[in-house]
Amino acid sequence: MDPTFAQTLWLTLKLAVSTTAILMMIGLPFAYWMAYTKVRIKPLVEALVSMPMVLPPSVIGYYMLVIYSPRNWFGEWLGRIFDVRLAFSFEGVLIASVIFSLPFMIQPLHNGLRSLPDSLREASYTLGKSKGTTFLRVLLPNIKPSIITAVALTFAHSIGEFGIVLMVGGNMPGETRVASIAIYDEVQALNFEAANRYALILFLVSLVLLTTIYSINKKYDTWKMM
Amino acid sequence: MENDVIFIDVEKRMLTANGPMNLSVHTSIPSCELVALFGESGAGKTTLLRILAGLVTPDKGLIKFGSTIWFDSEKKINIPPQIRNISLMFQDYALFPNMTVEQNIQFAQPEKGQSKVDELLVLFGLTEFRKRKPTGLSGGQKQRVALARALARNPQLLLLDEPLSALDAEMRTTLQNEIAQAHQLLGVTTIMVSHDLNEVFRLATQVLCIENGSITRTGKPEEVFSDSSLSGKVQITGQIARIDKQDTINIVTVISGNKQIIKVIAFDSDLEDMKIGDRVMVFSKAFNPIITRLK
Repeated sequence: MDPTFAQTLWLTLKLAVSTTAILMMIGLPFAYWMAYTKVRIKPLVEALVSMPMVLPPSVIGYYMLVIYSPRNWFGEWLGRIFDVRLAFSFEGVLIASVIFSLPFMIQPLHNGLRSLPDSLREASYTLGKSKGTTFLRVLLPNIKPSIITAVALTFAHSIGEFGIVLMVGGNMPGETRVASIAIYDEVQALNFEAANRYALILFLVSLVLLTTIYSINKKYDTWKMM
Repeated sequence: MENDVIFIDVEKRMLTANGPMNLSVHTSIPSCELVALFGESGAGKTTLLRILAGLVTPDKGLIKFGSTIWFDSEKKINIPPQIRNISLMFQDYALFPNMTVEQNIQFAQPEKGQSKVDELLVLFGLTEFRKRKPTGLSGGQKQRVALARALARNPQLLLLDEPLSALDAEMRTTLQNEIAQAHQLLGVTTIMVSHDLNEVFRLATQVLCIENGSITRTGKPEEVFSDSSLSGKVQITGQIARIDKQDTINIVTVISGNKQIIKVIAFDSDLEDMKIGDRVMVFSKAFNPIITRLK
């Protein structure tokens, strides 16, 4: 295989897997908090989480660049203390991708938890089980379809990430050049054969993922009816 | 035993379908009894049960179980449900769909012990369903699992929220017997929410009648539901289902329990303060009723 092609696909995969793994770790406790919190600012938090779904990636990308910039206190602090520059680096793209895919992880988990009857949680409490045990042994196992949906959607969405990667990461082979960027780049260079290869792979991966989600959810629906 | 009395003195503002209501309960419950909380829907029965379980926090007051304080608004004490050592059987049973019948019961055990699980499975006739998930069970079976699970915890107080409301008449009778049996066997103090008179008479040793958020009458079922000043020889309580106006009289249809329909003739003056849906007592004084065994 063409090494550039392999490198681009590997980078795309690395970005999608890392984004999904990080979001899984953040998303589960965060969705739990959102599902049961009674704080007044909850609508604001919900709105912020959903922002990436309505805002153009360029807006978020722009703000990320501003924050990453060494002329800004945060970017300056990162550079001074850790010698890290986030703009136009894989790590910078990863953080942006995590923020941009947040709603795809949080919303299915949040909806899954909210759709469980409150009595399940309360029954577990009255049986003497802690919040942690209840979360791990009662709530999580009963929202499996939501977890699968959240992971697959996040993964699929991260694979197809374009705007935000372009804004924050640019097009640096081996660092920030993922498949979606490569397609754009190859088309610009009138290299349609290469663009076609990337496009076909992205198309197939997304199709397989979504088909898996729908068939798993269908199976759970049938269980419920029984 | 004396110090196992549950002392309740709480107030809670709540929103019901009929607007805001003040739940204000001052009572005590002796240990080992099977107490029915009886009242119309929206009277505050379930809320009181949830307050005892620790799932709803009262606005102010005091709840003591024996010498242990569960809730004290002045001292800011509110023991969470986990350490009140209670079991609450929910109206929808709240069985965990991801666990089998057996796992549901095991989950409730404070310390794992298979022999206790087997014992409960036998007691409630669930042995053959032990490996099944709750979705594959009938209403009656689910109710049994919920009861078995509630008892597996070894609670010092068992709370039942309308335990039999979702079942048909025949299944109810069977399960009423099982609740009574479980209560006798284990002697655990039990509080049961109910709006079914039949159930209250069959099961309860004490009744707390709750109306619009406060307790109006307490005592043994026969004391609470029969007016002792009447010397009636037959007394049946029921609900008015229909009033048919004839020329000068009315024919009132009263439904008692789940099956018995009684037609009573009444004058307009008798019915002045009655309407359909009212709970009434049908009694007779003039003749001696004859009793015979049902075949």
